[in-house]
Amino acid sequence: MTEVPAAERALRRSGVWMAVALLLVAGVYVRALAFTPEEATQGLAQKIFYIHAPSAWVAFLACGIVGVCSLLYLFLKDARLDLLAASSAEVGTVFLTTVLVTGPIWGKTIWGAWWTWDARLTLTLFLWFICLGYLVLRTAVDEPGRRARYSAVLGILGALLVPFIHISVLLFRTLHPKPVVLQTSRPQLPGSMLLTLLLSFTVFTVFFVALLVRRYAWARLRDARAQSAADSPDASR
Amino acid sequence: MPATTADGAAPVLEVAGLAKRFGHVRALRGVDFSLRAGESLAVFGPNGAGKTTLLRVLAGLLKPDAGSVSFAGARLVRGDAAHRRRVGLISHHSLLYDGLTAAENLAFYARLYSLPDARAAVARALAGVGLESRAADLVGTFSRGMVQRLAIARALLHDPDVMLLDEPFSGLDQRAAATLRTLLTRLRSERRTMVLVTHNIDEGLELASHVAIQVAGRFVSLGARDGDLAAYRARYAEATSRDG
Amino acid sequence: MASPLAQAWAIAAKDLRLEFRSRTAFLSALVFTALVLAIFNFARDPTAVATIDLAPSILWITFSFAGVLALNRAFSLEKENRTIDGLLLSPASRTALFLGKTAANLVFVGAVEAIALPLFALFFNVPLLGVLPPLLLVIALATVGFVTVGTLMSSMAVNTRFGEMMLLVLVLPFLVTPVSAAASMSAKIFAARPFAEWAPWLKLLTAYDITFFVICTLVFETTVEE
Repeated sequence: MTEVPAAERALRRSGVWMAVALLLVAGVYVRALAFTPEEATQGLAQKIFYIHAPSAWVAFLACGIVGVCSLLYLFLKDARLDLLAASSAEVGTVFLTTVLVTGPIWGKTIWGAWWTWDARLTLTLFLWFICLGYLVLRTAVDEPGRRARYSAVLGILGALLVPFIHISVLLFRTLHPKPVVLQTSRPQLPGSMLLTLLLSFTVFTVFFVALLVRRYAWARLRDARAQSAADSPDASR
Repeated sequence: MPATTADGAAPVLEVAGLAKRFGHVRALRGVDFSLRAGESLAVFGPNGAGKTTLLRVLAGLLKPDAGSVSFAGARLVRGDAAHRRRVGLISHHSLLYDGLTAAENLAFYARLYSLPDARAAVARALAGVGLESRAADLVGTFSRGMVQRLAIARALLHDPDVMLLDEPFSGLDQRAAATLRTLLTRLRSERRTMVLVTHNIDEGLELASHVAIQVAGRFVSLGARDGDLAAYRARYAEATSRDG
Repeated sequence: MASPLAQAWAIAAKDLRLEFRSRTAFLSALVFTALVLAIFNFARDPTAVATIDLAPSILWITFSFAGVLALNRAFSLEKENRTIDGLLLSPASRTALFLGKTAANLVFVGAVEAIALPLFALFFNVPLLGVLPPLLLVIALATVGFVTVGTLMSSMAVNTRFGEMMLLVLVLPFLVTPVSAAASMSAKIFAARPFAEWAPWLKLLTAYDITFFVICTLVFETTVEE
């Protein structure tokens, strides 16, 4: 297990990355708001896309990490994989929430309705439920070894469920056509907007990694502190 | 601490360097011992010493983080079902279904252990603990003492080489405890290897050929039984106060 | 050495015998199902929407909730007297344990459904006799889907705080595919639509059942071994 001082150093290092990432995020939004043209039909509301789309990408990346770490944990039984998966699930839930909040805001302005069971948003909604279930499960199990095993099982099953939900939603929608015509295809973006979008994706990925590393460092520190607390009274017994 | 080593006869049960942690708590920190056929080890220790954890590792219910357990030279490997036939466990939980009759409980376990002549085995087991007359009664109607006897029948059903007993006397009244003591003495005379775990020094001492004191996950004392109750009480008190 | 199937059968038979003796869980599930069906009658306006349009939703919400509530039974019965230890101590494979528990759950939920289905037909005037074969296929496939995953989840939920609540939280996302497939297929079947219209759902549900049956069987050992 990590020693406490090493874990504290790791946490401080991660703070530097966080500061850098936040600056980058601020930078990209200055560009998005002030230096990128407005879209003709949607107006200012379209700028939400620069938060919505990258958040979705990062959220799915986070969930992918949870799935992979869960699978690896079942074979390797390394507690660090469990901490990484849990950190990724938490950070991912934050980004999923962002998608679920920005989606309806954008939807209301361009489609006229807050929620339309759009295929991608619906999938995001269920992924959000699975992540919440994962986090709730972790709070309901006290023993760390069992908590890690249960989380890993749920992580794997959840990851496998995602394609099935996606197909179910698509099948449901094609066989139940909606009265409102929805633009689900990605809009054609002119050069400047495309660049802003690509920058947002990059910056959000950096931001996600910084958040994940910080959260993981904090989890390792907490674990190291608990371990040394458990060890010290025993040593004098 | 010296382990009882085998000279000549091969050990039935051999444990080396057993370690197990639950999260941040180290329940076992290196336990070593070996037993030959017919020997029985009584493990005394305060609550939280890891005695139940030790037994559950021996039973195959827990996988140790380090160390090995071997039965008659065959090392216990994860997922290996063969060794489970060699082990029987009696704990303070009965592991019996209140909603089934005594015979149905034993018949179920006979099927799980794939015993060749289940009916005969069940009848024998019931007779061995004096419960033949109650074979068709629901276990939920049994007294605690009768439940414990049936639990012994269940543990012996598949004729295990090694018997593990986890606080078997807890909750028993004097009469039931006396019956249990008689049964266990008979097991000893049948040359079964036993590991008995308890926090009550009075209950295990007379049944044991070897005695260990476990504190905070390791044996602080281990050896053949060589003294009387008072001597062990003193040693036990000393061990628990020294490390407490 | 007995095969895993024989051991699974022994475990399932034991569960069903215990259930048959006490009958509490079964009767509660039946009463719950009947009540839900009856309450649905008052939760709609019969003049606004035709019953036959709502019928698939009513059927599948009822079946899935009654089914999930019944799932806790499998492992909570092994907490008494720590009989789960008895099962894990024996040479019975963990796969046999999972198969046995799932089989017992399937029989249990199937029995509840068998009684609820005629009741549903009665309350909502749904003509079932002509469409029984395809409908039974759909019911069987959907039930296998959520019972398999639910049995695995219940082996974990039983060891957590607020086990029953936890089971619902864990299982509900996994109901999306079985319930949407079953409801859509039932609607097509009630409306006597051609098979080609509901074939895609059938393929999806079958793929779901196979995938999760295999995965749940493989990971079950992790939930019981420490």
